[in-house]
Amino acid sequence: MYTRQVERILANYKDNRTALISILQDIQAEFNYLPAEVLKLVAQKLNLKLIDVYSISNFYKSLRLSPQGKHIITICTGTACHVRGTLKVLDEIQSQLGIAPGDTTQDKKFTFNTVNCLGACAIGPVIVVDGKYYGHTNPMKARQILSNLKRKIKQ
Amino acid sequence: MKKIKTARNLEQYRQEIIKKDSKYKKIITVCGGTGCHAYGCQLVKQRFQKELQRNKLLNRVRLKFTGCHGFCERGPIVTIRPENIFYQRVQENDVPEIIKETISKGRVVKRLLYEDSITKEKIVHMEEIPFYKFQKRLVLGQNGLLEPDKIQDYIAVGGYSALVKALKLSSEKIIEIIKNSGLRGRGGAGFPTGRKWEFCREAEGEIKYVICNCDEGDPGAYMDRSLLEGNPHSVIEGMIIGAFAIGAKEGYIYVRHEYPLACRNAQIAINQARQLGLLGKDILGSEFDFDIKIGKGGGAFVCGESTALIASLEGRVGEPRDKQHLHTTESGLWGKPTNINNVETWANVPLIINKGPEWFYRIGTEKSKGTKIFSLVGKVKNTGLVEVPMGMTLREIIFDIGGGTSDGKEFKAVQTGGPSGGCLPAESLDLSVDYEQLSAAGSMMGSGGMIVMDETTCMVDVAKYFLNFLKEESCGKCLPCREGIKRMLEIVTDITEGRGAEDSLALLEELATVVADTSLCGLGKTAPNPVLSTLRYFRNEYENHVRNRKCPAEVCAPLLRYVILADCCKGCGLCMKACPYNAISGRPKEVYTINQDICTKCGSCRSVCKFSAIVIG
Repeated sequence: MYTRQVERILANYKDNRTALISILQDIQAEFNYLPAEVLKLVAQKLNLKLIDVYSISNFYKSLRLSPQGKHIITICTGTACHVRGTLKVLDEIQSQLGIAPGDTTQDKKFTFNTVNCLGACAIGPVIVVDGKYYGHTNPMKARQILSNLKRKIKQ
Repeated sequence: MKKIKTARNLEQYRQEIIKKDSKYKKIITVCGGTGCHAYGCQLVKQRFQKELQRNKLLNRVRLKFTGCHGFCERGPIVTIRPENIFYQRVQENDVPEIIKETISKGRVVKRLLYEDSITKEKIVHMEEIPFYKFQKRLVLGQNGLLEPDKIQDYIAVGGYSALVKALKLSSEKIIEIIKNSGLRGRGGAGFPTGRKWEFCREAEGEIKYVICNCDEGDPGAYMDRSLLEGNPHSVIEGMIIGAFAIGAKEGYIYVRHEYPLACRNAQIAINQARQLGLLGKDILGSEFDFDIKIGKGGGAFVCGESTALIASLEGRVGEPRDKQHLHTTESGLWGKPTNINNVETWANVPLIINKGPEWFYRIGTEKSKGTKIFSLVGKVKNTGLVEVPMGMTLREIIFDIGGGTSDGKEFKAVQTGGPSGGCLPAESLDLSVDYEQLSAAGSMMGSGGMIVMDETTCMVDVAKYFLNFLKEESCGKCLPCREGIKRMLEIVTDITEGRGAEDSLALLEELATVVADTSLCGLGKTAPNPVLSTLRYFRNEYENHVRNRKCPAEVCAPLLRYVILADCCKGCGLCMKACPYNAISGRPKEVYTINQDICTKCGSCRSVCKFSAIVIG
């Protein structure tokens, strides 16, 4: 079922195996994550061992082996945010969603990620919800942001 | 766009652009940096576009959506040129007033001006604001003048004139200029750039590569991003000059995937330079061919290390290799001689070629020349990007430019050099910032993160933070780094959770030394720095955690106990409402209590109590 799309992406890179990371990023953009069958397909087409493709997918943080939820909540854990109290905000989001960073809720509605630094240090601690930045957050603000999001989904 | 074939054509093109631009009587710049984006500058820009159109001003007023202006704390930032009026915290609704007053009548909108925090005086011009006044913005300064996706803007301010100059020189001469300027790598280690170029030029082989390292992984640092986003052509021009001197025909810009705007702007800039013939075959009639591709990183801190970066560019797992016996300048990308420099290093090259090595050599200290960009963040009043001459003291940067700590709390430490660097205490504030002085003090220049910490920051927690970061980012290839960092983290975690033992600190020091001495690459070799520097300057804090089971900064949750003082509690109930975990109970007008079994020590209750009734017992 993935063959046509994968072949199209590989053709963009002229089957060049040195572009493997970019190829996998493009495939991920297409399917939301990297399904096991796709990894096998890529290995086969590029004449690589499956372990080579898998280890790349596992090593780089931007590549995912499981699908993301519909809404993505990302918290910046950079140093500037950390000294301004990110951990407390992280704890709050974790308890509100009931999942640890890196996980997706069972209903596939929310994915909770951390990022090493967003470069928006001036407004830390920063949370990003579906691409929208929220600055100067604290546990209470985070709770509000999440309950607003949940209310919006229900409507 | 027509191809530019000679130096003369480029000069003619420059004059054409300047003539065309002269019809604009005013220029409005809206900062499009990351910080301002988060504040909603996109809306401000759109409103300006709409209002200029409505007022039929578009052929007299130019609207520029530029790169980062640096003063992120005060975003969204808008400037009006040629007067250089500086408006801060501008919102969409302020736009009609700016057009009506400043653009049409030449009057300043006072309420949007920056107010000096001490004198309370309103400051009109950008260069008079303390944040900017003490800086020397040689590299970053152009960010505010140009739209990054318009090569014409860069050419108008003299862009690619250094390339014209360089193409008339011999490779040896260019390398000599860079060597004489004293420029050193801005990525962290500070290796002399000219010497690196020379090694690569002299290395054997027909095919050579140049690489721009924009895998800016230090948390709390975003200088390279802002430079590549805001002024990509300055980086590209530097790379072409470097490639010409070294004899490389191909170059790569390696960018973190977390920086989509930097990827986009760099790609646009490359395309435009190609269209004009500034990249490609026979550049400006010099018979020199050179082109640049973009390689996207996959989100791994270790890929900032040169050999890991190369592995990643080759489509492999980003694991470093030993480079003590074989430098990348001899065997780099695909085994060919490769010269890797950081974004900021490349951006300095055109300046040095244009203004001469003596000019550059005069700026800075004995061994560190030129300026350095820092991202001044954390508990500091004026957060943002600052560019200062080497040799400025930490005090001048943090207090004169940064305005001191936010909320007037007492300064405790400044962290430089990212996870490879260290924390310096108040006694080090008069240290002048250069490569040697920072290293001697137990920290390092690094790529330029400068995180200010105050009395509410726990230094043991900071050490734990960096160890946790490094544990996640260690590639796992060599044992000392993979296991050593993990064990150090365990010890520090024990200390922050009240399980520290008397010999924990000695063990930590011993382990730190082993990891530093025996790790394969720079990540592991410098990983113990945050621990060692905090142990060196803040040992009493560690001891307080171990011996008294106390966290003086009130950060380490397991050592804290929130209690409500019966004498002060008025029974208002605000704390109960604020507690996210329902750990507080009580009745109105009576003293409330905290259930210690449920309390997570998040501090929400204390932040809302109006009577200072909640304390840490």
